[in-house]
Amino acid sequence: MDWLPTLWFILIAVLWTGYLFLEGFDLGIGMQIGLGRGGEKHKRVLLNTIGPVWDGNEVWLLTAAGATFAAFPYWYASLFSALYLPLTLVLVALIFRAVAIEYRGKAESRRTRGLWDLALGWGSLVAAFGVGAMLALTTLGLPLNENGDRVGGPFAWLTWSAILGGVAVVAFSWIHSIAFLRLKTDGPIRARSGRLFVRWLPLCIAPLLLWSLVVLLGQRSAIAWGLLGLALIAVCGAWMSARSGHEARSFIALGITLLAAVAAIFVAAFPVVLPSTLDAAFDLTIDNASSSPYTLKLMSIVAAFGVPLVLAYQSWSYWVFRKRISEKHIPEDHLVTSVVK
Amino acid sequence: MDVLEIARWQFGITTVYHFLMVPLTIGLGLTVAVMQTVWHRTGNEHWLRMTKFWGKLFLINFIMGVATGIVQEFQFGMAWSEYSRYVGDVFGAPLAMEALLAFFVESTFLGLWIFGWKKLPPRIHLATIWCASLAAILSAYFILVANSWMQHPVGTELIDGRAVMTDAWAVFTNNTALVTFPHTIFGAFAVAGGFLLGISWFHLYRRRKEGIDSVDANGRVVVGEDPAKGRVRDRKDHKVWITSLRIGAVIAVVSFAGVALSGHEQAKLMFEQQPMKMAAAEAACHDGTGFSVLTLGNVSTEGATTCDDVVAVFELPGLLSYLANGDFETPVKGVNTLIPEYQEKYGSHYPDDPAFGQYAGEEISYLPVMEVTYWGFRLMITLGGLSAVAAALALWLTRKGTVPYSKWLSRLALLSIAAPFGANSAGWIFTEMGRQPFTVAPNPQMGGVDQVFMYTAASVSPTVSAGEMLFSLITLTLVYGVLLVVELVLLTRYIRGGTGSAMPELLDNEQPSDKDPSDDEGDVLAFAY
Repeated sequence: MDWLPTLWFILIAVLWTGYLFLEGFDLGIGMQIGLGRGGEKHKRVLLNTIGPVWDGNEVWLLTAAGATFAAFPYWYASLFSALYLPLTLVLVALIFRAVAIEYRGKAESRRTRGLWDLALGWGSLVAAFGVGAMLALTTLGLPLNENGDRVGGPFAWLTWSAILGGVAVVAFSWIHSIAFLRLKTDGPIRARSGRLFVRWLPLCIAPLLLWSLVVLLGQRSAIAWGLLGLALIAVCGAWMSARSGHEARSFIALGITLLAAVAAIFVAAFPVVLPSTLDAAFDLTIDNASSSPYTLKLMSIVAAFGVPLVLAYQSWSYWVFRKRISEKHIPEDHLVTSVVK
Repeated sequence: MDVLEIARWQFGITTVYHFLMVPLTIGLGLTVAVMQTVWHRTGNEHWLRMTKFWGKLFLINFIMGVATGIVQEFQFGMAWSEYSRYVGDVFGAPLAMEALLAFFVESTFLGLWIFGWKKLPPRIHLATIWCASLAAILSAYFILVANSWMQHPVGTELIDGRAVMTDAWAVFTNNTALVTFPHTIFGAFAVAGGFLLGISWFHLYRRRKEGIDSVDANGRVVVGEDPAKGRVRDRKDHKVWITSLRIGAVIAVVSFAGVALSGHEQAKLMFEQQPMKMAAAEAACHDGTGFSVLTLGNVSTEGATTCDDVVAVFELPGLLSYLANGDFETPVKGVNTLIPEYQEKYGSHYPDDPAFGQYAGEEISYLPVMEVTYWGFRLMITLGGLSAVAAALALWLTRKGTVPYSKWLSRLALLSIAAPFGANSAGWIFTEMGRQPFTVAPNPQMGGVDQVFMYTAASVSPTVSAGEMLFSLITLTLVYGVLLVVELVLLTRYIRGGTGSAMPELLDNEQPSDKDPSDDEGDVLAFAY
């Protein structure tokens, strides 16, 4: 049963990758609505491209955290308590973001709607940054003592690694949402997104590749380097196919870039799940952080049944809502008026 | 306040707040699914209006539950890392299963339901709301398995200083979970019932007040309509509210019966599994058989290790024994008998271990805060009972097709929506605070100090500072406060808008055309944010 912790390491890496891929465009669209320009109809087109699916996408985050708790409780406990302040901000951001998506259309005045847009924009930005920082720190290390507890105070997490990871996920989410809009919208937004994608892709993908490179430095794992190479090739492919107007192909290539870069990071980190920057003896690894074989076996059976099912019905929901949306599809707002005197 | 106290306040505030949204989501979701099913079967338009209107309120509330649910999951690792390390092997499993098997279904299928009105065949669309609302109930089961394990750890052994699962079947069929689950689900339906009842009463009363409906000499309703408001205040509108009201009242009465029966079973188990919690619920210092209706004296015993100052003013003889054992004679152990028992089994002082922080080596208070447990228990029962009586009364008062013409009754109906919410909160506060000083209460069927249990004092994250904890407590509480106001304002606005707030097409005076308007564009959104 030695392979069970390895299996769960892979599964958690898959869950995080799934989260970044799916919620990536939700977060990017949130940023575009809240912090970008554009009229009300424009914003509503953007929001409705993710309307039916964003909540399901966010569950990937809950599942990734829950699976970490179940399979590697020591990893979950050390990482989440060490990042107490930034995760508090991520929680507040996620709360405001979720509520803003549901409530912005119900606002009565333009001013309140503007406030919800800000909540959506900043909520998406902070959530993306915080998750990125957390993932970078779990691959690059935190000052942990022998019990796995953070030393160095509330801001010990605030390092270049955290900033790199945060920027990487923010930038990736933004460019990923542009690629997504090219598939999901029609009219001026589609055309504009095509231009933006070609112009900004290199800059937006660079932090992610840099993070990957930093984790890989000093590593001899041929697989990890191979994956990073694949990420580079894929991003070039994404850029070239975007230039020649192949929207789906560039979206898929960007997805492969994310997949390969994150896989390279996790492969390079293996078997360490959370290194201690104080002493390698305090590193949390798949062996000293994991649950018992019994629990891992139970969870494996559940995952073997649950994960394919989730993939099946989520794919189906994307299929149901596959049509492109443009401004002409957006119905007029209706304000709720009281019928009682 | 020290770190532990701040962390506990934060957990309590988050949980109580989260559990304002959860029972309404659970109860209303399935109710809306049934409404849509009836519409699907009969084609009667008032069932469609009910589905849309209650569905709209359901969604406004659902999103707040989602948002605060993430805090629930994250705070175990953030604020309670020692707890997470100790219990993760057992406790993490139901949490992960909840996300993977239940919450994924709920979120994805609700998205399909909201946006899929025109895109999915009607049968499939109906199936989506069933999937989502049944998943909400499954989700409750997993969470209650996790919580019940804290109340009564089973299927677990202490290995290398942490709880390790040895029998998943025992964990997932924990008798504590099996009685807590129906108790919580019935409690959730009581909330939904009261919600339907109060809001429908309000609308029926307004229809009478504005002269739309009236009553004849026998008190039977004479339904009218107000053409100025489009079709929102037509004859079918009356049907929407009277049907919703009567469904709500029936749900409320039936749920209360379910809550009471399951609660009785739960109490019997709790007398066995956590005798101190039930003694504290009774503020019973000495062994006895009577159920206290009113107890005076110094019930406040925070930090106390004895209990003598309490005088029961009025007791129902024998009732306590009935609650605990099903007979009227066997005395139930009081606090003063239990404290020495707990001390003998689990020690009188916390271990002198740095994991206990400032509590290391201190004397252990096995007595929960009795003011809270005593009054929490009574508040739960009183509020639950009152709302059931009100619902039964409402059924009788509306038997002739509308509500009595009374401003006060209408206000009372709206106010009474709060009662089942209060009963739910009081119940949770009672059971969680009654478990103290443990996060994982010891299972009395097992041995003493060498078994699986955990003190709250040893559960908190060791190196998170009081400042960090205070920052998050203040921030989250402010956020919850603001959002509660926002939610109430929105709900009020949508409630006052009646069915027109969920079906704007009703505001036009035209009759619905047979042609589906979505055909024009091929695929216009049936619903858009």
